[in-house]
Amino acid sequence: MQLEKSLPSTRHSPPPGAAMPAGIRRRLAIWPARLLVLAISLFTVVPLAVVMTSSLSPDPAIWQHLLEFALPELLRNTLLMLLGVTAGVLLIGVSLAWLVAVYQFPGRRFFSWALMLPLAMPAYVLAFAQVGIFEFTGPIQTLLRPHFDNMRWFPEIRSTTGLLLVMSLAFYPYVYLLARNAFATMGRRALEVGQSLGLSPRQGFWRIALPMARPWIMGGVLLVVMESLADFGTVAVFNYDTFTTAIYKAWFALFSLDTAKQLASLLVVMVFVLLLLEQYSRGRRAYSQAGRTAPAPRLPLTGWRGWAASGIASLVLLLAFVLPLLQLGYWASRDFANQFSADFIVYAWRSVLLSLLAAVLVTLIALVLAYLVRRDGGAIVRLAARVATIGYAIPGTVLAVGVFVPVAWLDNQLIALLGLGGEVTAVFKGTLLAMLLAFMARFLAVGHSAVDAAMNRITRSHDEAARNLGVSGWALLYRVYLPLLSGGLFTAMLMVFVDVMKEMPITLMTRPFGWDTLSVRVYNMTSEGMWDQAALPAIAIVLVGLLPTILLSRQRDVA
Amino acid sequence: MSLLELVSVSQCYGDKKIIDQLSLALEAGEIGCLLGSSGCGKTTVLRCIAGFEPLLDGEIRLDGRGIASAAANVPAHQREIGMVFQDYALFPHLSVVENVGFGLGGLSRSARARRVAAMLEVVGLAAYGKAYPHELSGGQQQRVALARALAPQPRLLLLDEPFSNLDVDLRERLSREVREILKSQGTTAILVTHDQHEAFAMADKVGVMAQGRLQQWASPYELYHEPQTRYVADFIGQGAFVPGRVTGPRCVALELGEYCSAVPRQFVVGDDVDVLLRPDDVVHDDGSEVKALVLGKVFRGSEFLYTLQLASGRSVLALVPSHHNHAIGEAIGIRLELEHLIAFRQQ
Repeated sequence: MQLEKSLPSTRHSPPPGAAMPAGIRRRLAIWPARLLVLAISLFTVVPLAVVMTSSLSPDPAIWQHLLEFALPELLRNTLLMLLGVTAGVLLIGVSLAWLVAVYQFPGRRFFSWALMLPLAMPAYVLAFAQVGIFEFTGPIQTLLRPHFDNMRWFPEIRSTTGLLLVMSLAFYPYVYLLARNAFATMGRRALEVGQSLGLSPRQGFWRIALPMARPWIMGGVLLVVMESLADFGTVAVFNYDTFTTAIYKAWFALFSLDTAKQLASLLVVMVFVLLLLEQYSRGRRAYSQAGRTAPAPRLPLTGWRGWAASGIASLVLLLAFVLPLLQLGYWASRDFANQFSADFIVYAWRSVLLSLLAAVLVTLIALVLAYLVRRDGGAIVRLAARVATIGYAIPGTVLAVGVFVPVAWLDNQLIALLGLGGEVTAVFKGTLLAMLLAFMARFLAVGHSAVDAAMNRITRSHDEAARNLGVSGWALLYRVYLPLLSGGLFTAMLMVFVDVMKEMPITLMTRPFGWDTLSVRVYNMTSEGMWDQAALPAIAIVLVGLLPTILLSRQRDVA
Repeated sequence: MSLLELVSVSQCYGDKKIIDQLSLALEAGEIGCLLGSSGCGKTTVLRCIAGFEPLLDGEIRLDGRGIASAAANVPAHQREIGMVFQDYALFPHLSVVENVGFGLGGLSRSARARRVAAMLEVVGLAAYGKAYPHELSGGQQQRVALARALAPQPRLLLLDEPFSNLDVDLRERLSREVREILKSQGTTAILVTHDQHEAFAMADKVGVMAQGRLQQWASPYELYHEPQTRYVADFIGQGAFVPGRVTGPRCVALELGEYCSAVPRQFVVGDDVDVLLRPDDVVHDDGSEVKALVLGKVFRGSEFLYTLQLASGRSVLALVPSHHNHAIGEAIGIRLELEHLIAFRQQ
């Protein structure tokens, strides 16, 4: 923070304290800013380190138990889930993106943005709504039952297939969104290049468009894989054990924090292996988007082909968004008076308060981080910033464990130091502060990417022009950066707000005792199988979730 | 028989006519060029020939066989027409060798490798086969795009603003190189550009387009010296129109004196016409009776380009050897030295 003070405040006045050589003064002055960046990265590093060090000192008894009873099933389940969901989102996301980006068919403009709507619905909400729709007592089977002798032929929704379908429907928009943008900028051109080299449109898709869009598609798949690994609420609804539910059970059912730590460290290893694989697979190729020329016109799908395209898009939208929302609305309206109680208001208030606090805190830290990285630009600082934002890849259950352990340790130290003993067992443990720490580690990347994108639109010449006019240091931040960044800051706050609102495992595992929020309420009710009681809080979460989806569709619409 | 024939081709977007009854013919081995400002429809003509746009009316024939009309179209990928795209559209995920070999699916592995190597030799990039597009300079990428389009030996090559992404000096050098490569391969090609220097450097036949219409389809020399429409006269090269009156079957009286040669036949004595004077038609001559004021001057090394004001107040341009250095405001003697009379009836 001292850096700019050592520079002349205007071009013409002599620098204060000019006696010391400017080079040394500058090098010294850089360090406070660097230390601040390193300190920010600690919020992510400490929880991760806590979890990872546990794998350095494995407890043989715990491992014996894990290897024998838990791990084989957990690994098999996780692998099956990742493969199935990847296949599902590729099929749904890529085909819809290709249709919308390259062809013209009835309703294309509407579907182009509407197919992003499922982003607003957390997977765990979609999960219990779908189970409610398709289970034995649900409306579909009830409707069909009179026409058949028995319903044994009807597929069981609470199965692995059902889970994979629900997760694919919940997560396909990540792939759809990225693939659509990639295809929109180069899909039709790719077909033309192919045709000029003698390839039919079908060959053009497989040999050009798909390989060229691969990095975007893989980026979307990576997001989906991370979401699936981190998912807690959906697998809980389906009673499908993965690492996240195992960590939760180890801690809150078996009361073995050590087992939870060991499981968490395994999950982190999986995440990093996936990240490395993705990096490695890119190799030396560059995927900059070529093309300043106007995109080629869309290819019309006429007759039944056009209606088939509309039909496929409608079916996905219906299953992933419309039907579940209708089902939630039905449940909520059936005993609205009962559900819209004083308790509900309290849950909603806590959710809003928590999300708002987290949004402001994360955005502020993200702003400081982005500003310091830009001003310093050195390798250490950039590395620290990358580490600080890696938390988004770390599942919430892991961070909950990783934050709890050091906070508990700090509490014990404080209690011993202050000689509180006896009656006091916690200082920070189970407070909002501990929750916010975990949220910051998890969502700093969300805020940072929005702020950083806005920061990158401010050119070096803007900086230089301001300095040339005698504005520098923190004055530069609030006179030049803040006004130019306001859009990016708003986006960052909105994104974090909604993410915290939807967040389930961290809230569940680190909240003050009995401090239920909307998402915790959804978990409590769905874990009892009381779908209808979870409907109203779920609807509230979906409505808030619509905000960034609409924002996103307005920003990126390539119609 | 011409290799490529466009017969009265029309195309429109909605109500707007993009191409209006355009006809042209290109012989085998010739390089043609469509020249015009942006939005004149030249790129759409190229896309119609490639098969990316349907025709509203007319016909396109390749080697005497119809490939496109309002009724029937040969699909783009079956036309054997290559294209170099404006942004090159190289595949970023493929190396140079893989890019160039992309259209050679029908060949055996070894035949493909030989053909790719030969094409890279032709464009002078034999050493860059393993590189990826982003590792090359703009000019090198352009040559990869050319090699990729030429590799399958297309019957016709289309080039869409091929040099517009390059620096000016690189543009000039590459347009010469590309012409030599196309000529050495005996390729028939059409390019589209808004730059007349590029058109003149590359093409055997140039067509000037405006508002979807082909104004004239001729050699660069003819376009410059015998423009058939006022638009072409204005668009190609520099010059100024000066009014005159037809005084005889072969003569026109101008402010600068009477000029006689083969007068265009469509005029009759007494007609008022506008005569195009190119800068090299107006010669500095101290002995001349006709004087003009120097309004402005641009130094061009071996010569000055003077803007001169005639007694009537009209201005003309004159190219004068640069040792005749006159100050602005000075009156200098000039005379006409016309070889081709370019005149249009006054509107």
